[in-house]
Amino acid sequence: MGRKILTEHINVPGIQGYEVYRQHGGYRSVEKALKMTPNDIVEEVKKSGLRGRGGAGFPTGMKWSFIDKKSGRPRHLVCNADESEPGTFKDRYMMEKIPHLLVEGMITSSIALEANLSYIYIRGEYMWVYRILERAINEAYAKGWLGKNIQGSGYDLDLYVTCGAGAYICGEETALIESLEGKRGNPRIKPPFPAVVGLYGNPTVVNNVETIMDIPWIVMNGGDEFAKIGIGKSTGTKLISASGHIRKPGVYEIDLSISVEEFVMSDEYLGGMYSDRPLKACVPGGSSVPILPAELLFKTAKGEQRMMTYESMSDGGFATGSMIGSGGFIIYDDTTCVVRNTWNFSRFYHHESCGQCSPCREGTGWMEKILYRLEHGYGSQEDIDLLWDIQRKIEGNTICPLGDAAAWPVAAAIRHFRHEFEYHVRYPEKIKDRKHFEYEPWEKVKHLMGTKEAVAV
Amino acid sequence: MPKVTIDGVSIEVEAGTTILNAARQIGGDLVPPAMCYYSKLKGSGGKCRVCLVEISKGSEANPNPMPKLQASCCTPIADGMEVKNMTSQKVQDMRKGVVEFLLINHPLDCPICDQAGECDLQNLGFDYGAQTTRYQEGRRTFDRIDIGDKIQLHMNRCILCYRCTYVADQLTPHRDHGVLNRGDASEISTYISHAIDNDFSGNMIDVCPVGALTDKTFRFKSRVWFLKPYRAHRQCSHEKCNGQVDVWMFGNEIYRVTARKDDYHEVESFICNECRFDHKNNADWTIEGPRKLEKWSVINQGKYMKRTAEVNIDTEKALLLGRNEDRKRLSMVAPEEAKKK
Ligand SMILES: Cc1cc2nc3c(=O)[nH]c(=O)nc-3n(C[C@H](O)[C@H](O)[C@H](O)COP(=O)(O)O)c2cc1C
Ligand code: SF4
Ligand code: SF4
Ligand code: FES
Repeated sequence: MGRKILTEHINVPGIQGYEVYRQHGGYRSVEKALKMTPNDIVEEVKKSGLRGRGGAGFPTGMKWSFIDKKSGRPRHLVCNADESEPGTFKDRYMMEKIPHLLVEGMITSSIALEANLSYIYIRGEYMWVYRILERAINEAYAKGWLGKNIQGSGYDLDLYVTCGAGAYICGEETALIESLEGKRGNPRIKPPFPAVVGLYGNPTVVNNVETIMDIPWIVMNGGDEFAKIGIGKSTGTKLISASGHIRKPGVYEIDLSISVEEFVMSDEYLGGMYSDRPLKACVPGGSSVPILPAELLFKTAKGEQRMMTYESMSDGGFATGSMIGSGGFIIYDDTTCVVRNTWNFSRFYHHESCGQCSPCREGTGWMEKILYRLEHGYGSQEDIDLLWDIQRKIEGNTICPLGDAAAWPVAAAIRHFRHEFEYHVRYPEKIKDRKHFEYEPWEKVKHLMGTKEAVAV
Repeated sequence: MPKVTIDGVSIEVEAGTTILNAARQIGGDLVPPAMCYYSKLKGSGGKCRVCLVEISKGSEANPNPMPKLQASCCTPIADGMEVKNMTSQKVQDMRKGVVEFLLINHPLDCPICDQAGECDLQNLGFDYGAQTTRYQEGRRTFDRIDIGDKIQLHMNRCILCYRCTYVADQLTPHRDHGVLNRGDASEISTYISHAIDNDFSGNMIDVCPVGALTDKTFRFKSRVWFLKPYRAHRQCSHEKCNGQVDVWMFGNEIYRVTARKDDYHEVESFICNECRFDHKNNADWTIEGPRKLEKWSVINQGKYMKRTAEVNIDTEKALLLGRNEDRKRLSMVAPEEAKKK
C-alpha cells in the first residue's frame, strides 16, 4: 500500500466543508508558512524534487525560483485547472472531493511567491466544480484565511476562480494567461516566459492543480520527506487517471516507484484486463503522448522492468518509450482499432488548435482527414507515408506544444502499428464495421498481411 | 556590438535585434521570407513559420546548437550566434512543408485575384512550392461577408497572419474586425457584419501579404503588371498622412494609389483613405518619376519568364504513380502490364 499524500482524507464524510477539513489538519500549512520566510518555502519545494504535474514535468521549485522578484512588480500565482487532455480527470476528482486542499495550497504557494493576487482558472465545462470552489473560497474568506491581513500576519491575498469558455488550448500556460486577461486564448511567443512577463505583464507562475495540492504536505513534512518517496528524480506520489479496458478504472494515487505491471495487473490498483482479453496497447500519459504497444509497456526495449516514473516511462525516447505526461493512463485490449483511436485523437487536436501558426492550423486538419480516409477504407499506402511526413513537419515547428501533441500520437501509432494501417488499406471491406477487431482481432487476421513489413524509422 | 553569422556572412548588430532583421541588414538571398512579421507593427510575427532558421551555434557563451528550428522574426541574436538559412537542408525542407500547409486550403485563384503579381504567397510558392498537391480533400471555404465599401475581403485567401488586426489596433482609432473561431475555422471578420469605416483602414490592403484584402475601387480593373508605378505626392491635410504615395498608371490614367513599399514589401509610411481611394485624377498629384522596380519582380515581367524553362508538369504520370505503387504492394498487375502479357 503506497503513501497517500493527497487522497488521505478524501473519503472522510463532509470533507468538502470547512469544519471537517480543518479538523483533519486543514490550513495548518498556512499557519506554518506564515512563520517561514518565502525563500525557505521555495527551498523546501526545491528539496522535495516535486515536478509539475500538468504534463511537462518541470521541477516546481526551480520554476518558482525563476519568478522575477527584483522588478518590484506585483506577482501572481495562477492555478491551471483547465484539465482538458483526453484521458485525464484527476484534477476534477480532487477539486470536487476536497476543494479546500486546493485553496490551502494556493495560499501557501502564494506566500512562497509573495503574490497578493492569485487565480484559479477552471475549464468552463466544470461548472459544478467551479461552484464547489467558490463555496470553499468564500468559507476561507469568512474564516480569515484569505483577504486582508491573513490570521493577523500582515499578509494579504485575494483568490478568484475564473471559468474558461471550453478550449483545450487555454490549458497552455500563456494562452491561459491571455484568456484570463479577457482576450482570445492564443498562446504567446516565448520568451519572455510568464515568470518574467505574465498576467497583466507581471511575473506569474502557472501550476497544475495537483502540483499545488502537493505543497501543503511538503510545507508540513519537509521537502526531504517528500523526496524519500519515489525513485531518483521522480519523487513523491502522483495521481493517475486510469481508463480503458481495465477492471477498475478511476483515479489512483501511486508512489512514483511501482512498476507498470504491478499498477495494471494487481488488485490493489487496476485489477487487470477487463474480461481477461489480451492487452494490446497503452497511452500512459494522456492523449498527447506516444502510444506504447503491449510488448513495450511492462518491459523497456532493453528488457528492464518499466516503472511508473518519469525516467522509466520515457526510456528509449520516442522510438520505444513514451511519457508520463499528465497521468491519463488509457489501456486498450485487442478489440481496439489503433487507426480509429488515432483518428479520434486527431479529431480532437484539429478541433482544438488555436489556428495561429500554419503548421498546426492546417496540418491537424489534414491529418484528421487522411486518418478518416484510412479508417473508413478509402486510404492508400501513400497516405501512411504522407501522414508520417505531415506529422514530421508539424512537430517542433509551432509556437506552442499543441502542435507536438498532435504529431506524437500519429507518429507513434505509425511507428508501432503500421501493419494495422496497412491492413486498413489492403482490406477495406474487412474494416468497414467499426467493431471489426471485436469480431476478428489482429491475431486472427495478421496472416493475411504476410510477413510484417519493415517498420519506418 | 554582438556579432552574428548568417549563412557564413558575419555582421555586427545591436543587441536585441532579431535574426530576421540582422539578415535584412546583410541583404541578398540569405534573408528568410516573412509572411506575418511586419517591422512597423508591434507584436507581429511568429505565426506563419516560414521564417524558420536553424541555429547551429547558440552563442559564444553557450555554443550548443538549438534543437528546434527557430522563427527568425522573433528570436533575438546573441553574440557569436551562427545561423543557417539557405545552407540548411532541414530549413529548406521544413519551409517547403510550411508553404505546402499554407497552400493546401488556398483557393489558388491567382488568375482572378487582384493581388497576383505582387503577392508574397505567390513568390513563396514559386520558390518553395511543389508542382503537384498531395491534398485530396475539398478546400476550406468561408461565407462571404461585406466589410464596407472600400475593402474587399476574400477570406478563402487569408493566411491568418494577423497583420490587419495589428493595423487596426495600432494605426486606426478602433478595431472593428478580428479573428473569429479557432483552428482552421478561424476567420477574419467583423462581428455581426459591421462595416470597417475609418480614415486609415485602407492600409490593411497594403499590409495584407495575400489577396484577402483588396482595394474595391481597383477591383478587376487591371492586372498589376500592366500598370506602371510612379512616385507621387500631394498636399494632404490628414495629420498622420504625408501624402507620399505610388500611383499606378496605364497611359495617362491613374488606376490605383498605394503606399510606398520597401524591398521587403513593407509600407514605408502609411497613407490615409482619402489619398488612397478618392484621388484618381492626374491633376491631384505631383508625379515625381517612375518607381524603381526590383529586378526580378513579377511586375517587371522578369521572374517567371526567366525561370519557366525549368517547369515541367507531368500531371498524369504523377497521378498514376501512386496507383501503380499501390498495385505493386497489393501484388496486383497494372493494366498495361497485363496487356503485355
Ligand atoms: C495544449 C496544452 C494544453 C495544456 N493543458 C493543460 C491542462 O489542462 N492542465 C495543466 O495543468 N496543464 C496543461 N498544460 C501544461 C501547461 O502549459 C503548464 O505546463 C502547466 O500548467 C504547468 O504546471 P506544472 O508545472 O504544475 O505542471 C497544457 C499544455 C499545452 C501545450
Ligand atoms: S501550435 Fe497550434 S495551438 Fe499552438 S499556437 Fe500554434 S496553432 Fe495555436
Ligand atoms: S486578411 Fe490578410 S492581413 Fe489579415 S490576417 Fe488575413 S492574410 Fe493577414
Ligand atoms: S515571419 Fe516569422 S513566423 Fe511569420
